[in-house]
Amino acid sequence: MSVWHSLRDWLNDRLEWDDLIEPLRKKAVPLHGLSYWYFLGGITLFLFVIQVLTGILLLLYYRPGANEAFESVQYIMTQVQFGWLIRSVHSWSANLMVFTAFAHMFSVLFLKAYRKPRELTWVSGVVLLFLVMGFGFSGYLLPWNTLAFFATKVGTDIAGQVPLIGKPLMIFLRGGEEVTGATLTRFFGFHVAVLPGIATLLILLHVLLVQRLGISVPPKLEVEWNANPAMKREMKFFPNFMLRELMAWYVALGVLGALAAIFPWNLGVKADPFVPAPAGIKPEWYFLFMFQTLKMIPSKIWFIDGEVLGVLAFGVIGLVWLLLPFFESEDPSRTKRWITGLAIFALTYVAGMSVYGHLAK
Amino acid sequence: MDIWQSNRQLVISRGFIPEKSASSCIRRTADSSRLKPAGMTNLWALILAWLPLAALLLVCSLSYAQTKNSCLDCHSALPDPLGVGQETFGHDIHAQKGLTCASCHGGDPTSDDADKAMSRKAGWKGKIDRAQIPQLCGSCHSDPGFMRQFNPSLRTDQLSQYKTSVHGKRLAAGDTKVAVCTDCHSVHDLRAPSNLASTVNPVNVANTCAHCHADANYMSAYKIPTNQFAGYSKSVHHDALVVRGDLSAPTCTTCHGNHGATPPGVASVANVCSTCHVFQAQLFDSSPHKDAFAAAGLPGCVTCHNNHGILHPTDELIGTGDKSICTQCHTQGDAGYAAAANMKEQLVHLSTSIGGAEQILGSAEQSGMEVSQAKLELSQARDALTKARVTIHGFSVKGVEGDVNSGLAVAAKDYKAGQQALAERNYRRVGLGISLVAIALVLVGLRLYIKQIER
Repeated sequence: MSVWHSLRDWLNDRLEWDDLIEPLRKKAVPLHGLSYWYFLGGITLFLFVIQVLTGILLLLYYRPGANEAFESVQYIMTQVQFGWLIRSVHSWSANLMVFTAFAHMFSVLFLKAYRKPRELTWVSGVVLLFLVMGFGFSGYLLPWNTLAFFATKVGTDIAGQVPLIGKPLMIFLRGGEEVTGATLTRFFGFHVAVLPGIATLLILLHVLLVQRLGISVPPKLEVEWNANPAMKREMKFFPNFMLRELMAWYVALGVLGALAAIFPWNLGVKADPFVPAPAGIKPEWYFLFMFQTLKMIPSKIWFIDGEVLGVLAFGVIGLVWLLLPFFESEDPSRTKRWITGLAIFALTYVAGMSVYGHLAK
Repeated sequence: MDIWQSNRQLVISRGFIPEKSASSCIRRTADSSRLKPAGMTNLWALILAWLPLAALLLVCSLSYAQTKNSCLDCHSALPDPLGVGQETFGHDIHAQKGLTCASCHGGDPTSDDADKAMSRKAGWKGKIDRAQIPQLCGSCHSDPGFMRQFNPSLRTDQLSQYKTSVHGKRLAAGDTKVAVCTDCHSVHDLRAPSNLASTVNPVNVANTCAHCHADANYMSAYKIPTNQFAGYSKSVHHDALVVRGDLSAPTCTTCHGNHGATPPGVASVANVCSTCHVFQAQLFDSSPHKDAFAAAGLPGCVTCHNNHGILHPTDELIGTGDKSICTQCHTQGDAGYAAAANMKEQLVHLSTSIGGAEQILGSAEQSGMEVSQAKLELSQARDALTKARVTIHGFSVKGVEGDVNSGLAVAAKDYKAGQQALAERNYRRVGLGISLVAIALVLVGLRLYIKQIER
């Protein structure tokens, strides 16, 4: 008997391991032309794990504080053995994670995988997407460079436009009236404690729900398969799908390594609150569509401030987005077309505005 | 100061009435004060003593409502040189401060009758004689008490300075072609020097001086060159002031003075330059050139750098090359010639080393390497080069050597940092290659394993 089998038996005696594994063995993944979209959630999870691991390593040297943050990141990039790799992988992985999270959301939307009984999976997923953006926003400031400083200033200014709670919210985020070292320590706290805690709980819930409810079949296929069960094609989750997912993770790892080695993440220039903001300051790419929209809204619409209206509109859209499954029909043959139309519009709008925001001066 | 003037100041300074009204009403008050009868009782004397003040307030309040400047009614419609429009005069700092045409030209601006307005009886002076202009301007501008109400920081020695200038002396000698206040400051649309449209704003001063000094015909009688403006326009000073907008850069008046304008003599040129170029002047004073130039009757700085056409100094100015100034006096074989060649060589060496370090750090940075610290340190080498270029003015090979060597050490260190960064970049790429091969092998292995279990 091999060591592996002995260990498994030992664990099985104590934890009833086989019972835990059994659902995974029974779990199946629907097999069809669009099955590869099912990898995106797993890739996002893999990137999150990378974030946690590299983040912990960065914590060994990073020092939050207006007088130390930039220097500590500079030290990580230049003096710490493989510090450049860890920081670059952390930054690239963060951006790839935002991208795969968005892609995962749109794939779920287009495959209509959010329908009953998966409403809560969708809600937890959308909240996780907001958290990922929160990770991005808070982490962007941590190197305390000029771009990050002014992007945070602009971002928190926008948060300050929220009616009624805007001003207190801005002061809470900044730790005062202005972006200072207090903002940095606050964002550090959000980034390494508050957000990871909530995100981990939500990821567990999300994965548990996926596990519990199984993987959704696109409605058209569901109707066909229900009518003719012989047409149903599936792949075992473990090990067949899992091994393929593992391949996808390796590809992601290769892409991450290549990006980090060929394009190490830039450090920029240390933030100086007393210099004027650089011309054409922009937020990170995943906030560009909102930023560009707010820029294009007229300063006054009727008697309401344009920016306030824009912030309110994004708030309402976010809420509708969160509750989208509750407007959908549970019958696979009667799905709501307007939701698909809305998804196409949203994707086109986000992509178009992001490109426009990137090119605009 | 007479009683009329002191009353005038008192009333204006309290802000009771505008100056234009004050002029007319205080005159009347001054006249009415002569009506005081003799031999009255004390009570009556007291009442009557207050009467002029009561009359003053009454008349002033009436005249304030009626005051107008009839001069502009006519002169805005007249052709040049008599034409002065409301808009033009509105830009004038004097008009903005409440002065009227009558403040300089006299007369009665409240009268619509041209004969009365411009009657000698009303104090009308007509066109001010050029020779009288400095005195007229000085009647207010040399009075600190009067000027304080408008601009307490404004100097009041312009007239006395002017009298010491070449312009002032020639005017006193009867030459009315020389510049008087209005030639430089303009007239009727005179603006504060801080105003960009002012003829005496630092950016415009050279043009203002050139109006006469670049006019060969106008200046022919004085037998002085007229190429100063052409030279200055090409100079590093003009570039700094006009092109880059650096208001600390010199214009004509910075070296020659403004109201006390005088050309600096051979002996004082170095003092003029040293007001800004302090270190160069100190080094020059301790150099062997100081006595040699003095013996040859050559002015310090301008012998090498020119006076008005001071071009941006380059390393070409020193050494033994075609553009070198040193070779104008030194010839091959003398110690100065060898020293010039040595100092030039050192500057070139440091400059080339800095260029090399910049290039390699630039390549490393473009490859995404973090070299900001080395780039920051390289500025020390640039500072050393700048310092060496200043030290040149001491004409000491050893002095220059000290600065150059400190710069070379920094440049060499930064060059090495650049080399290390590029080596690190290559190491990373090799590492990436090996990792990608390993990942590819795992992928192939996984694929084969999947194939095997799904067979």
